[in-house]
Amino acid sequence: MGREMTASLVVFFVLAALAVIGALSLIIQKHPIHSALSLIVVMVALAGLYLLMGAEFVAAVQIIVYGGAIMVLFVFVIMLLNAGVEEHTSISKMAGAPGLLLVVALAGFVSASIARSAASVQTASQSGTMSSTKEISGMIFKDFVYPFELTSFLILIAILGATVLAQREKS
Amino acid sequence: MNSFLAANAELLITIVKIALLLFVVLTVNAYLTWFERKVVAHIQSRWGPHRVGPHGLLQPLADGVKFLFKEDPTPAGVDKFVYFLAPLLALSLALTSIALIPFGPDPIHLFGHDIYLGIAPPDVNIGILALFAITAMGVYGVALAGWSSNNKYSLFGGLRSSAQMVSYELALTMSVVGVLLMAGSFNLKDIINAQAPLPGHPDRGILGWNVWPQILGFFCFFVAAIAETNRVPFDLPEAEQELVGGFHTEYASFKFAMFFIAEYTSMITVSCLCTIMFFGGWLSPFPASWTFTHYLPSAILIPFGLWVIWDGIRYETIFGRVILPGVGTAIAALGAVFVFLPGVNDFIQGPFWLLSKILVFLFVYVWMRGTLPRFRYDQLMSFGWKLLLPVSIVNVILTSFAILAKLQWGGK
Amino acid sequence: MVPTNYYVILSAILFGLGVFAFIFKRNIITIFMSIELMLNAVNLAFVAFSQALGKLDGQVFVLFVIVVAAAEAAVGLGIIILIARNRQTLNVERVDLLKL
Repeated sequence: MGREMTASLVVFFVLAALAVIGALSLIIQKHPIHSALSLIVVMVALAGLYLLMGAEFVAAVQIIVYGGAIMVLFVFVIMLLNAGVEEHTSISKMAGAPGLLLVVALAGFVSASIARSAASVQTASQSGTMSSTKEISGMIFKDFVYPFELTSFLILIAILGATVLAQREKS
Repeated sequence: MNSFLAANAELLITIVKIALLLFVVLTVNAYLTWFERKVVAHIQSRWGPHRVGPHGLLQPLADGVKFLFKEDPTPAGVDKFVYFLAPLLALSLALTSIALIPFGPDPIHLFGHDIYLGIAPPDVNIGILALFAITAMGVYGVALAGWSSNNKYSLFGGLRSSAQMVSYELALTMSVVGVLLMAGSFNLKDIINAQAPLPGHPDRGILGWNVWPQILGFFCFFVAAIAETNRVPFDLPEAEQELVGGFHTEYASFKFAMFFIAEYTSMITVSCLCTIMFFGGWLSPFPASWTFTHYLPSAILIPFGLWVIWDGIRYETIFGRVILPGVGTAIAALGAVFVFLPGVNDFIQGPFWLLSKILVFLFVYVWMRGTLPRFRYDQLMSFGWKLLLPVSIVNVILTSFAILAKLQWGGK
Repeated sequence: MVPTNYYVILSAILFGLGVFAFIFKRNIITIFMSIELMLNAVNLAFVAFSQALGKLDGQVFVLFVIVVAAAEAAVGLGIIILIARNRQTLNVERVDLLKL
């Protein structure tokens, strides 16, 4: 480490460790509900990292939407379907080896390409002044208004699709 | 030692504030249960707890001791980790939301530091959004409790309860958007200051509160908040199946107490939010030019203290005859202190009004519990989706039009 | 301040773990959760670059990614419920009627 341990660096390492432990726990746990809880831990850790970077609106939206709605949906489905402990067959164990190789290759490639880039990009953000909700909403409703309307259509289609899919057959 | 204290002063002040607030919130919870039992009893023409201490005031203490000493069995076949996690999650999230609420406008100046009333600093830019984030995570306590109990009825009770919470969360957040549009910020302090007397209207008082322009929003918010905290008339998931299940059936003494405390704490949080967003928070309802209303706290406390003394002297038990006059003297002395120290009196105005309004909302909550019948589950869900959500969306549209109209034509 | 490459390396590690979970796990719901993990890793990279460059476009895009993930989760879980209803299994290896 070429720099002293400032408070933000310590907080970063704690949150990063929490996120990685959560992701590992997602893989290691046998019961889907424990995997879901680990994913919630990852999301809360990521929200903490967003706060550390000064993106407070995104952090709040991450917890409200991802952690409070999407993961609740996952937990509901796991409870309703009574998902049990999963068994691993021989095929999945064989797939584990190339999977591990792929992970190491992917992460290593990205890290190497970053380490070789010109200068490690030093951040100089004034947290809060730039990421105000006012500015983000200005951008959404002025520059990105077409994607915004399209995503609202997308959500409507998703609602219709989910309702149709979940209907029982009228036999 | 002194330099260590000086360097970490902010941290130490925050830790002391957290300990103090935790103690206060837990005591208020305990006495809220006493208050609820007394009020519901009087609505039903009976006495309520009146044996355990003078006027039953030591009943919460007895309940606490009972919770500590009762047997705490763990049913067979539960998922141990999730079973222990659920009440912990519910309680910690409920208590965390109290940390974001500001209890008064002015800081105390002590040892050269400005100590604000409230744990979070007053410039949290996403104040109310963070509160909703914590409320959104509160669904997990209920859902995981229902699932991990290894009991069909708990599972269905937990699922119904969490489905109800998720549905009413939408109406809750939408109903607040009107207030946010008017205040222009998520910060709780800014929301209160937007209802304060303006340079053009110095005597606004009660007329400046958000409840008058946002009456639809207030209705939606209050009803959605009651459904969110699983209180009567929306407590079907934990009441009908109380005969068989409900998400906290398999939880015994101390874990059940954790759910209980979580429910009352979220009641307190919702009352705080209601007063801050719609009823002016710490602002006085009287116009600012009526300075004699600054003596209102003392004018309430001193007669109340004297009445407690008078009632205590004639109480039946000896214990009551000793304790009640003591409590009454303390209350009257507090009121007298406010009269004689004008600096303290000015400081106490904000918190006094905030606490009285919170007390009024808590009384309304308890009043509804004693009066209203329960919703059936399908009536509950259709009420949330088909009435509250459209009304809150209409509120947002109307508020936006009003603000736009004011900008276009009213700004001259 | 924390340099940006720390965030991007963390994002790469999380993405890699998501890919591993996607390949290795057999339960449909866990596979779906690994997709969400990958999306979250990408969000982290977006916000990190947005902060490094000083523009807000990255954060706005993160909001869109979250919205699309929500829509995808709704439909995907609907499909999972249908599979569970029709094939009575949540093991992705048993859903192989289209195999040769």
